[in-house]
Amino acid sequence: MQSEWPLWEVFIRPKNGLHHIHAGSLHAADAVMAIQSARDVYTRRNEGVSIWVVESIHLHASDPDDADMLFEPAKDKIYRHPTFYELPDEVKHM
Amino acid sequence: MTAESLSRRFQEKIDQEIKIEPKDWMPDAYRKTLIRQISQHAHSEVVGMLPEGNWITRAPSLRRKVALLAKVQDEAGHGLYLYSACETLGVTREELIDELLTGKAKYSSIFNYPTLTWADIGAIGWLVDGAAIMNQVPLCRCSYGPYARAMVRVCKEESFHQRQGFEILLTLCQGSEAQKAMAQDALNRWWWPSLMMFGPPDQDSIHTAQSMRWKIKRFTNDELRQKFIDMTVPQAEVLGLTIPDSELQWDEARGHYRTGSIDWEEFRQVLKGNGPCNTERMAARQEAHDQGAWVREAAQAYAGKHRSQTKKAG
Repeated sequence: MQSEWPLWEVFIRPKNGLHHIHAGSLHAADAVMAIQSARDVYTRRNEGVSIWVVESIHLHASDPDDADMLFEPAKDKIYRHPTFYELPDEVKHM
Repeated sequence: MTAESLSRRFQEKIDQEIKIEPKDWMPDAYRKTLIRQISQHAHSEVVGMLPEGNWITRAPSLRRKVALLAKVQDEAGHGLYLYSACETLGVTREELIDELLTGKAKYSSIFNYPTLTWADIGAIGWLVDGAAIMNQVPLCRCSYGPYARAMVRVCKEESFHQRQGFEILLTLCQGSEAQKAMAQDALNRWWWPSLMMFGPPDQDSIHTAQSMRWKIKRFTNDELRQKFIDMTVPQAEVLGLTIPDSELQWDEARGHYRTGSIDWEEFRQVLKGNGPCNTERMAARQEAHDQGAWVREAAQAYAGKHRSQTKKAG
């Protein structure tokens, strides 16, 4: 028998209309228990209206060493932002 | 990349206030320091439930009882946030619990003192949580991301703890002579141990300098202790209680209170296991762990059975 309960990542939706946001992690034997524990650990003060849990082993993450390769190219592409384009003052909102 | 350039880049990130996240490269010593500090912190939250749990069934009113229950539940939650943060450094929950139970890991010496009267619950909230907040607020800016995030959550929740403690003492101080005396007695017993919570004086603190360079710590033990004293003395005046220190005086030139000397031998003895409640606390943790074993096993067996049934059905 595996000696430790698996680790779960907890995501909480603060209120309808907002995304579920990562709140933290906890150990639980199964998904039902993970949700119950997440309620007790992460929503004692009305922090949410909905909980997602996912077993941490199912999360795949980018390698911090690849951060430059992955994210550097976006840095100099200022033409992807609306402020890059110059419009005459007469055009008030666009 | 060579170890030397990795470690130079690491320190540069720290100096630029860029947080370190779990998968980032970090020096072994940084990792070890954090594991030691975060796990001690987690253990303190968990053991900290014991002296207060002692009074839940005897709280003087329903209002006090729900508040104390909520506070003790918070401490359990804080322990969990911290264990989770610690586990991101590559250590397992089991190893951490094991280190507590075998005495290899320490917890805050303050929890080895007994809660003899109801006023002690007030004193713990006011002084012990007050000192903890003083320590924890700067930790919200700690260089290690998961620890800093856990601290933000803890600090948000902790401020009610201190206020409920102060309110308990205020009520007692406005009550009968006997109630006021009970509050004074609690302050007499908790004052000095609370000052010790900040750890040994700077010249004897072996970890401080390196922890400051790594921005795990933002202030030294003595700096935080002084802040706590300066904040707390006027609060005692509001209560009408006397700080049990005949040498306590306001130092106009420094702009700080000056206290008598702290009995560091007592601190060392409590850390070594010779405090009034060390044995009792560890026995309670061990008993809870042992008696919870069947629950952990049953939950796991149930989950296992459920998994195999779902597989068959699929």
